[in-house]
Amino acid sequence: MPEYSLKVNGKERKINVDEDTPLLWVLRDTLGLTGTKYSCGEGICGTCTVHINGKAERSCTLSVQDVVGDEITTIEGLAENPDHPIFKTWIDLEVSQCGYCQPGQIMTLAALLNENPNITKEEVKETMSTVLCRCATYARIDKAIDKLVEGGK
Amino acid sequence: MRKQSRREFIKVFTLSGTGLFLAAYTPMNAFFNKPGDEPKIFSPSVYLKIDNNGIVTVTVHRTEMGQGVRTALPMLVAEELEVDWKNIRVEQADGHPKFGNQQTGGSQSIRRTYDPFRVAGAAAREMLISAAALKWGVDVKNCYAEKGFVINKSNGKKLGYGELVDEAAKLPVPENVPLKDPKDFKIIGQRIHIMDTPDKIYGKAKFGIDVVVPGMLYAAVQRCPAIGGSVKSFDDSKTRKINGVVDVVKISRGVAVVANSTWVSFKGKDALEIEWDLGPNANINSEDIRKNLQSFLNEAGSDIQIIGNPESDFSNNTNIEAVYEVPFLAHAAMEPMVCIAEVKNGKAELWAHSQNPQGLRSDVARALGFNEDDVTVHVTLAGGAFGRKHTNEYGLEAAEISKATGKIVKLTWTREDDMKHGVFRPASMHKLKGSVDKDGKAVLFSHHVIAESITAQRFYRPIPVKDSDIKEGTINLEYNIPNMKITGTIVPTHVPVTWYRSVYHNQNPYAVESFLDEMAYAAKKDTFEFRRDLLPDDSRLKAVLIKAAEKAGWYNKLEKGRGKGIACAECYDSFIAQVAEVTVKDNKLKVDRIVCVLDCGIVVNPDSVEAQLEGAIGFALSAVLKSKITINNGGVVESNYDDYEILTLDEMPKVEIELMKNTYKVGGVGETGIAALAPAVCNAIFAATGKRVRKLPVELS
Repeated sequence: MPEYSLKVNGKERKINVDEDTPLLWVLRDTLGLTGTKYSCGEGICGTCTVHINGKAERSCTLSVQDVVGDEITTIEGLAENPDHPIFKTWIDLEVSQCGYCQPGQIMTLAALLNENPNITKEEVKETMSTVLCRCATYARIDKAIDKLVEGGK
Repeated sequence: MRKQSRREFIKVFTLSGTGLFLAAYTPMNAFFNKPGDEPKIFSPSVYLKIDNNGIVTVTVHRTEMGQGVRTALPMLVAEELEVDWKNIRVEQADGHPKFGNQQTGGSQSIRRTYDPFRVAGAAAREMLISAAALKWGVDVKNCYAEKGFVINKSNGKKLGYGELVDEAAKLPVPENVPLKDPKDFKIIGQRIHIMDTPDKIYGKAKFGIDVVVPGMLYAAVQRCPAIGGSVKSFDDSKTRKINGVVDVVKISRGVAVVANSTWVSFKGKDALEIEWDLGPNANINSEDIRKNLQSFLNEAGSDIQIIGNPESDFSNNTNIEAVYEVPFLAHAAMEPMVCIAEVKNGKAELWAHSQNPQGLRSDVARALGFNEDDVTVHVTLAGGAFGRKHTNEYGLEAAEISKATGKIVKLTWTREDDMKHGVFRPASMHKLKGSVDKDGKAVLFSHHVIAESITAQRFYRPIPVKDSDIKEGTINLEYNIPNMKITGTIVPTHVPVTWYRSVYHNQNPYAVESFLDEMAYAAKKDTFEFRRDLLPDDSRLKAVLIKAAEKAGWYNKLEKGRGKGIACAECYDSFIAQVAEVTVKDNKLKVDRIVCVLDCGIVVNPDSVEAQLEGAIGFALSAVLKSKITINNGGVVESNYDDYEILTLDEMPKVEIELMKNTYKVGGVGETGIAALAPAVCNAIFAATGKRVRKLPVELS
C-alpha cells in the first residue's frame, strides 16, 4: 500500500492506504477522527463535510490522493476553538437533536462564513439546503444562520 | 431482588461504602405485551448514585436518539433530590433485564419514568435528610434539603450530600415519600440545556458507528436484492484479491466480507459475485401490493369499534366516500445500521445504537445458543433512529460474522443497504364514508383500515383485527358523531415492516382528518368550526384546536393560490392541533407556516418538547412532499437520499409552537407532532387549489 502524508488539523499524518480510499474513511478508520460522519457515501447529504484549504468539501467523494498537500480541517480541528461563534450559537439555540449531521452542518456553515464575510443569508441558506438532517433541525439551523449572518434579510 | 408492596418499590444498596445506590421499580407497561399475556413485572429502574463529593450519577436506561432523554430523565431525579443541576452526571445503561422495560419507543420514556424517577430522587432526599438529622441529633422536621445540602433550620448549619451518603445508606427506605406539588418545581419545566450537545457538535460524541474496540476488523454484507431470497452460490475470488480483505463468510442473510477498514469491506462486498435464489417474492412489485390492498376496499373488514347504528338508512343525507393511501416508508436515519460484536469463548459482547438492547441481547443469545447472561449489549448514542433501531437483524448479523470468523467485527451497513434491506413503515389503504344531514350535522363516520399489522408480522400472526395495532389513531375518536364504524383488514406483505415514528398515527389521522375536512365541505361548514362543534366542551383536543385556530389567525383571508388547513389528533396521551398555510403556484407546493399547539400535560423540558415538535413537523413533511419506498422484483428500488428524498432546509416551513400549561399527567411528545401534520397540509392544499390529496406523497400535476 502506498504511503501518503496528509496535513490534518495542522499536523502531518503519515498513513498507508490504497489510493482509492476516500478521505472520509482515512479520517475515521485510520486517524480515528470519528467526528466526520458517514451517511450517504455519494456526496448527497453533506454529513461528512470537512474543509480543504478552507473550502467545504464532502470527504466521502475525495480520495486520499486528491488531498495530498492540502490543509485538511475536520470538526475536531474547528473545535480546537470551542468559542467559535457557530458552536456558541449552536449551544444557545440547542440546534442539535441526534447530532449526527451537525458536524457536517457546522463545517459547511463555517466555510461559507469564513470564505465570504459579506455573504447574504439567502446565499448561506441556499448552500445549507444541501446538507440533510433527518431530525429536521432546520428551524433552528435557520435561526442560527439569522443570528450568525449579517447580510441580506 | 426483594420487592416491596408499594406502587413504586425502592431499594437501597451500599456501594462499597462510598455511596448511596438507589433503584426505583415500577411494573412494566403493557405496550409490548402480546395479547393474552399475564402482565409481567419487569423492573424498569433508574440507578441513582451519589458519591462522597456529592456528585449524583443517574443511569439512563433509554436510548438517546436526539429526543433529549439523557437530559430529561435526570431532570426528574434532580427535581426531587434537591440538587444543583451542575452536579448531575449521566451513565448509559447496558441492556439488562434488571432495568425493566428498556425499549425506547412509543413516546414512552417520560411517561413511564415520570413517577418512579421522581420517587427515586425523593426517597434519596428523605434519607439524606434523616442522616443529617441523626448526625445533629435533631428531628427531621427541623431539616430540609436544598441544592445538594441538608440544612438545619434552627441554626442554619449545613451538611453536603457527599458527607451524608455513608450514613444515609444505612437507613431504611421511607415508605411514602412526599413528592412536590408541580407549583414548587425548580427544574421540571425549565429550559435545561441538553447534556450531550457540546460533545456532539465538537465531534467527540460516540455514536454506534464511532465505537472502536481494540483489535476489531470491519465487515460489510451483500444481501439478496429480492426480500426473502438467499445465496445459491458465490465466487469471492475477486474480493479476496483486494488488499486488506481478511475473510469472506456466508451468513444467514447473505455474504459477509471482513477487512481491515470499512472502505475495503465495502469494496470487497461490491466485488462479490453471487448467484441468488431470488425466493418466493421475486415477481412482486409495488403495484401488486397496492392492488392487493385495493381488493379489500369493497369489503366491510372486521369490526374494531362500532358506535350507534352505522347501518341505518342515511339515504336522505349528503353522503360521501373516499379512499386514502400511503406507501411504504424508510426511516432513513442519517447514521446507518452499525453493530460491533465480539463472540468468543461462549460469550458475546456487542456495542449498538439499539432502541431495544434487551431484545438484541436475547435474540443474540438465542441465535448463538448462549445464556442471556453471557451476552452483553452496550448502548451508544443513535444517529437518528425513529423506530428503525428497534429491530435486531443488524446485530444478529454482526454476531454471526464474529462467530464465523473468530474476530471482533464492526459491521457497517452502507446507505444502500440501509435503504434496501431495512424494515419499513407499512403501506396502507383507507376507505372512508361519511354522512351529514340537512342541518349540516355529521351523523355517520366510517373508516376501514387496510394494512399489514406490524405486531402480526413481527410477533404473533394471526392476531384478531380488533386487538391489532392497525387501529391506532382511528379509535376512540372524540368527535360526537352518533354513528361510527371503524373496521380493519390485516393484509400480510413480504415487505418487512416495523414501527416508524408515530406508527399508525402516520396514516390513520391523515385519513381521518382529511376526510373530516371533506365532511365539513359536504356540510357547507367552516372546517375548524365543524371539528370544534363536534368535540365535547371539556375536551383537551377541543382546547388545542381552538388555541391553534386563534394563534394561526384562522379567519384571516389569504391571497389566491394560498390556503390554510387544520387538523387535530390524540397521540400517546397527548393532544395536538396544527394549522398549515401553503402556497401552490404553477403546481408547485410550498408549505409556508405551521402553527402547532400541544397539550402533553406537564412539560418536563419545554425546549426539548419544542425541538421534538419542530423535528416531527419536518420529518412528517418529508413523507407528505417526497418520500416513498417502491418495490420492484421483490426488492426495494430506492437506494440513497437522491431517490429517497427527505426534507431540506429551504423546504422547512416557519413553525410556531404553543404548549398548553396545565398539570395533567405527562403525555408522549416524540411522535405526537407527526399525527396532525399531513392532514393539516393536505387540507390547506385543498383550500388553496380545490384539489383533495388522497395519496401521499403529494403529486399536484
